[in-house]
Amino acid sequence: AEEFSLMYPFFYRPMFEVIEDGWNSFLPKDAFKDLESMTDEWRLSEVNKDFSVCPSYPPLVAVPKDVDDDTLRKAATFRHSGRFPVLSYYHKKNGMVMMRAGQPLTGTNGRRCKEDEKLINATLRPGKRGYIIDTRTINVAQQAKARGGGFESEANYPQWRRIHKAIERSNVLQESLIKLVEACNDQSHSMDRWLSKLEASSWQTHVKEILTTACLAAQCIDREGASVLVHGTEGTDSTLQVTSLAQIILDPACRTIRGFQGLVEREWLQAGHPFRQRCAQSAYSNSKPRQEAPVFLLFLDCVWQILRQFPCSFEFSESFLVLLFEHAYASQFGTFLGNRTAERAKLSLPEKTVSLWSWVNRPQELERLSNPLFEANSLVIWPSVAPQSLLLWEGVFLRWNRSSRCLDEAYEEMVHIIEYNKELQNKVNSLRRQLAQLETEDPLLQTP
Amino acid sequence: MEHIRLPKVESVRLLDRVSPRRSRVGTLYLTATHTIFVENEAGVRSETWVLHSLVCSMEKQAASASGCPLIIHCKNFQVLHFVIPRERECHDVHLSLQRLSQPETYEELYCFSFNPNVDDEERRQEWDFLDLKADYRRMGLPNSLWKLSTVNQHYKVSDTYPADLFVPESATPPVIVGSSKFRSRGRFPTLSYYSKENHAAICRSSQPLSGFSARCLEDEQMLEAILRSNPRSDFMYVVDTRPKLNAIANRAAGKGYENEDNYSNIKFQFIGIENIHVMRNSQQKMLEVCELRSPSMSDFLEGLESSGWLKHIKAVLDAGIFIAKAVAEEGVSVLVHCSDGWDRTAQVCSVASVLLDPYYRTLRGLMVLIEKDWVSFGHKFSHRCNHQVGDPKEVSPIIDQFLECVWQLMEQYPCAFEFNERFLITIHSHIYSCQYGNFIGNNQRERIELGLRERSHSLWSYLWTNQADYMNPLYRPDHSQAQGLLRPSTAPYCFKFWRGLYNRFDRGMHPRQSVEDYLSAIQEETQQLEEQLASHKQKIAELEQEQGWKSETKTTTTFDKSPTAWALGTDLGLANTPQDYTGGFITSSPCQPKVPDSSLILQDLNQTPETNLSNGSDQESGIADLSCRSPLSEDSTRDPDSDEAAYSAA
Repeated sequence: AEEFSLMYPFFYRPMFEVIEDGWNSFLPKDAFKDLESMTDEWRLSEVNKDFSVCPSYPPLVAVPKDVDDDTLRKAATFRHSGRFPVLSYYHKKNGMVMMRAGQPLTGTNGRRCKEDEKLINATLRPGKRGYIIDTRTINVAQQAKARGGGFESEANYPQWRRIHKAIERSNVLQESLIKLVEACNDQSHSMDRWLSKLEASSWQTHVKEILTTACLAAQCIDREGASVLVHGTEGTDSTLQVTSLAQIILDPACRTIRGFQGLVEREWLQAGHPFRQRCAQSAYSNSKPRQEAPVFLLFLDCVWQILRQFPCSFEFSESFLVLLFEHAYASQFGTFLGNRTAERAKLSLPEKTVSLWSWVNRPQELERLSNPLFEANSLVIWPSVAPQSLLLWEGVFLRWNRSSRCLDEAYEEMVHIIEYNKELQNKVNSLRRQLAQLETEDPLLQTP
Repeated sequence: MEHIRLPKVESVRLLDRVSPRRSRVGTLYLTATHTIFVENEAGVRSETWVLHSLVCSMEKQAASASGCPLIIHCKNFQVLHFVIPRERECHDVHLSLQRLSQPETYEELYCFSFNPNVDDEERRQEWDFLDLKADYRRMGLPNSLWKLSTVNQHYKVSDTYPADLFVPESATPPVIVGSSKFRSRGRFPTLSYYSKENHAAICRSSQPLSGFSARCLEDEQMLEAILRSNPRSDFMYVVDTRPKLNAIANRAAGKGYENEDNYSNIKFQFIGIENIHVMRNSQQKMLEVCELRSPSMSDFLEGLESSGWLKHIKAVLDAGIFIAKAVAEEGVSVLVHCSDGWDRTAQVCSVASVLLDPYYRTLRGLMVLIEKDWVSFGHKFSHRCNHQVGDPKEVSPIIDQFLECVWQLMEQYPCAFEFNERFLITIHSHIYSCQYGNFIGNNQRERIELGLRERSHSLWSYLWTNQADYMNPLYRPDHSQAQGLLRPSTAPYCFKFWRGLYNRFDRGMHPRQSVEDYLSAIQEETQQLEEQLASHKQKIAELEQEQGWKSETKTTTTFDKSPTAWALGTDLGLANTPQDYTGGFITSSPCQPKVPDSSLILQDLNQTPETNLSNGSDQESGIADLSCRSPLSEDSTRDPDSDEAAYSAA
């Protein structure tokens, strides 16, 4: 922990008043209370309380009520890094769920695990089937068998239908980011060069693929009325992209500022996305660290795409996404330090550093990050994934390449239009009250 | 009517372009002016109207068991995929439409039958709405430097130029006529834009007939006169918008470009905008990309790149910027030409004007600009837009590129333009629709001969009457972006694909909530609040002052209806339909709701000639649409048994 204790968050002392300690804002047991209010089919298991069953899981995870901890322990041995299937999202509308896990360790000789089958089958209603969304292509999943991994066979999981998608692995994504940033910095002023470099970076392809997979998961849950299990290889990257985006699509609560923080906590930080490894260097790195990958940035990009398509349905504005991007890579706060909950606990981050959420959840900051167009929208929002609909996230990738003055001015103008309207509404209301009062005071008006 | 071989076909299917599995069955009617598809399913009647003059091309594909496919491509980028039950019927519809969509004479054009029920006086007012002389007056002309010349009255000097032209004060008729003889189609150098702040001007012409060595004293005097009309400048730019190679090739045909040695104090410059044939092919390629069925991101980006379209848009904008900067920053006059001076020259002069002068960024200003630089200066609308059967090599989307340049600028300067994207799209649509007389013919002389002012209607007054639909809520005349010269960036990444125009009819691709409509609704509410505020204030003052007097009974309109209900209404209907994310994997999905799907076509109803082209009426239905929220979102609670069947079958 030597490398950590010298980091900025350990020296940073807040110059602002902490209204609410962000380290306690999104505890698993609180999230479970929400779940309990909707269903009694799930329980909070402490099987991982000392991080021994799954080092990258938090101490508390939600699992089907009828599955005991022993079953969980056995299932964990059958999943990559012990990441046994846990609850990611409960769809209140129809009671369907989304779970996530690591890949099953079937290996080349088709190993099976009754407990794993029992665990995921426990999430299905009698007679119903579910979908397994494997974020890898069938070829990649096949190849994983040689390294002890694999996928759920039809024979052993007859109640599940498997769908393979093609979200790229982290090293490919990192290459893509480097190429994209290089394209954005190209000074040649040639249109052909720009478009071909943009295309060659494949960044937009990744955005489309991730968003499409998330939409598919959401569609299975909301439209097909089926439960879904999502996994890739480790279950810490593409899996989390899909499960978190599906929740943005399905659950209006995730589109609020606080709800989105909760989502990042649950589906990224507590779910064990290795931020320290993935977000060490960003695009400019000579050493090309093997674990580096813009997995979280791609997630934010996809959220931005949905935000662009539903500009009135999010309580936060683009600036919140940019802020999270920045803090994931470099921050005075301890929130994104470490790779997993266990590591954070060992470093005593809650005691020794300040949480980003402590900073965000103050009135002045919330106001800065909020979207003036927001109107609560309780619907599922289905984004378009056509190439024509997906844009380059200028606010991040062209931020330092071009002046945003005119766009900023337009934003201010928009805020002004809305504020002025509110101001007038208040004035009219107060005058109306004054008028009503005057009228009642007027003796002649009372006696016609 | 004699061209209609078959007025009505039953059981025609209209396929959804994005997901062909969704199709609608209805009856196809052919009328003298429109193709109408009427869907009459479950008591819900929906109509799709397509103006014959908007039909660009048709493709009749080989018949299969399900029928004979007929794909109609429209000039407003709508694509309709019909399947007609019998080959024979398809053949007849195809032949009829082929004839109906390609009028052989001007008389057949829609503008001569379009009758919005206004009397002759009103019609006169429509046409008088825009007055080009007023625009020259606005520029401060005529003055001591520039005069109105009558030399082209009766179109004797150049039959493709307007009758009224501004020339340098010192340019005598012999100089003008002499110069015109040295220019293609007699299109001599004349004024397009004048900056009264610094006297710099944008002039335009066609190429000189210089060949390898020819020169013309009058033409040289003409340029000299232009230079002298800008007293503070000791040189002028001559901008040839063509690529240098093209210009050199023209020399062999006795045409070419100015030799700097023959003209005193000119700086000659090539710009390199490609010709109409390159532009036509480029747009064609881009449209093919737009029409791909579920393309990958690479398909799309590669296709966009290889079409070259954005490269051409950038070239036009770069040229406009060069000229605008010369005028505004250097105070130097510019003469612009290409070959004939009615395509690239029109583009570049008008783009420069938009950059230079905030007036052309207003609703009325853009109309004036199009009327001046395009209509009056003889952009060959009928040839370029293929209004009637003609040489396909004459067709080219030159005006599309100008409108797109304006749109690209709007993307960079959201507060600089009084109008919105819908305004540009509506203009685009009517340039091709032949519904109004404005763009019929190839030049002023032809339009006068056709008697368009007497026999057709003007788009400009229609747009002005409906201006509320075309206002940009972010525009304020006093905003800093609405002042002075625009200096846009032309780094390649600043250019975007114009989804709103080229994929206009693929509604699923567009943002499901419109910030602009939201803000417009708020502004409308604000206006009402201001009125209420004033009336409340007045009443309070009255009451306070005249206690004891019985004041009139107050009628307060309450204001609890959220303005956003309208703005969101239309969009959220669509919000509830997932796309085909599965690539056909989940085939069991019977739950694609019909309702929002049809909204795509329902909107087209608004485009019947008699009604508003914009979505003005959508706002009304917005509230009603909101009520569909719950049925739509509950749509997925289906019979669990059907799930079962589908999965086990799979």
